[in-house]
Amino acid sequence: MTVQLRSPFTSARVQELNLGDTVALSGRVFTARDRAHRYLYEGGEAPAGLRHGAIYHCGPAILRRDRMWISRAAGPTTSMRQDPYMARLIRKHRIHIIIGKGGMGRETREACAELGCVYLSAVGGAAQVLNEAVSRIVDVHNLRMFGPSEAIWELEVVDFPAVVTIDAQGRSLHARILAQSRKALGRILKKSALTG
Amino acid sequence: MKGIADFERSLFELVRRTSVDLPMDVETSLRAAYARQKKGSRAREVLGTILENVELARKNDAPLCQDTGTMTFLFRVPENFDTNMLVAKTRAAVSKATRLGYLRQNTIDSVTGAGYETNIAHGAPIMHFEQCARKVVEAHLLLKGGGCENMGVQYSLPNTKIGADRDLDGVRRCVLHAIQNAQGAGCAPGIVGVCIGGDRATGYAHAKEQFFRKLDDKSPVKALARLERMLLKEANELGIGPMGLGGATTVMGIKLGALSRAPASFFVSVSYMCWAFRRRGAILGLRGDIKRWACK
Repeated sequence: MTVQLRSPFTSARVQELNLGDTVALSGRVFTARDRAHRYLYEGGEAPAGLRHGAIYHCGPAILRRDRMWISRAAGPTTSMRQDPYMARLIRKHRIHIIIGKGGMGRETREACAELGCVYLSAVGGAAQVLNEAVSRIVDVHNLRMFGPSEAIWELEVVDFPAVVTIDAQGRSLHARILAQSRKALGRILKKSALTG
Repeated sequence: MKGIADFERSLFELVRRTSVDLPMDVETSLRAAYARQKKGSRAREVLGTILENVELARKNDAPLCQDTGTMTFLFRVPENFDTNMLVAKTRAAVSKATRLGYLRQNTIDSVTGAGYETNIAHGAPIMHFEQCARKVVEAHLLLKGGGCENMGVQYSLPNTKIGADRDLDGVRRCVLHAIQNAQGAGCAPGIVGVCIGGDRATGYAHAKEQFFRKLDDKSPVKALARLERMLLKEANELGIGPMGLGGATTVMGIKLGALSRAPASFFVSVSYMCWAFRRRGAILGLRGDIKRWACK
């Protein structure tokens, strides 16, 4: 079953989500990747609509044609690189939704639990499926500073597909799989050794 | 000068096709993985999205993944062939593919942080040349995203932390450790290229060369073919699954290569390739016309 998640996002709303829920997200999301995170972390000016909003770890492939911006492909980038900055951004800008891939670390998860924020996993590499969910580019921020691949793109999305993998209590599906696979590796290596 | 212009056109077509059209052996493997997952499982859902994406990219004639990655060209050219011309034509083709949105502006000056609008810079694209006996030009291209590239790792054996000695069981431990460590961050189910031996530079290069192999082939070295088979089975017992969200398919292929080494060094270099395994090859005539695709 798919849970519909529409803006405005609130901590009460995201607290209803369970680990493993499939969601269809509609509303405003802001892309941000490496440079944007550091910039916001260091106190850079945030776009007006970011407060209580959604951050998408994504650097879309953008084309400019007839004075219009066109998003050609827009899948998630690895979230872990934003781990040093994320917790502060969640607290400062009251972020309720993070979309990315690969999950995030303990400090981010603690901030999620404290402020009421969830982490949604989108399928990495599925840039066309996800781009179909982008209905329009509303605005772009810091374009000159960061260039098109790292700028903050303000996107309107409709039924953007993702899975809740860190919930608003800070529980993480990624942490579970990591622990399970570590155990499995131990078992495999104990069971046999390659000889000859 | 018509013949010369053909190279640019053909190489542009190689770039376009590599970016939008996943090779058939990879797609077949993804379909088989999809069929293996339990109905209603998260792994099946993820693979379903992946397969939908593969088809959509072809239909939309747009990049499969927004991270169009690091471009590695491998050329095999006949004796006395003008490789400088090939460099110029490749650059022109890449810059056109960027302008038309088949490649993202994906090249950054490491010192100033400025982006290159054309993807042409010192070190980009990467081009390797070899000589071949035939009177054709083989052009191969690999697009490798940054997420999976970050999951690459090089071990120096012996490594007590993971219990790896200087033998094939040590290699096995390195590979399994690298896959377990990558989790879903390299966009699993991935393909793992490995080089046993070499030095620090050639080790990684040879590990990546394995990606030009067909997904269903096996190493011509018997001991390595056996280890490839064993590792594929064991890696898929880790339960990491597509995108690291759990499941029975974590990797689609393990490709082992080996280079000689110096007595003091024993490196195991591991390169991780995402499921969006974009590689294509074309056999070009001496005027640059595409005679056939080398990798369907």
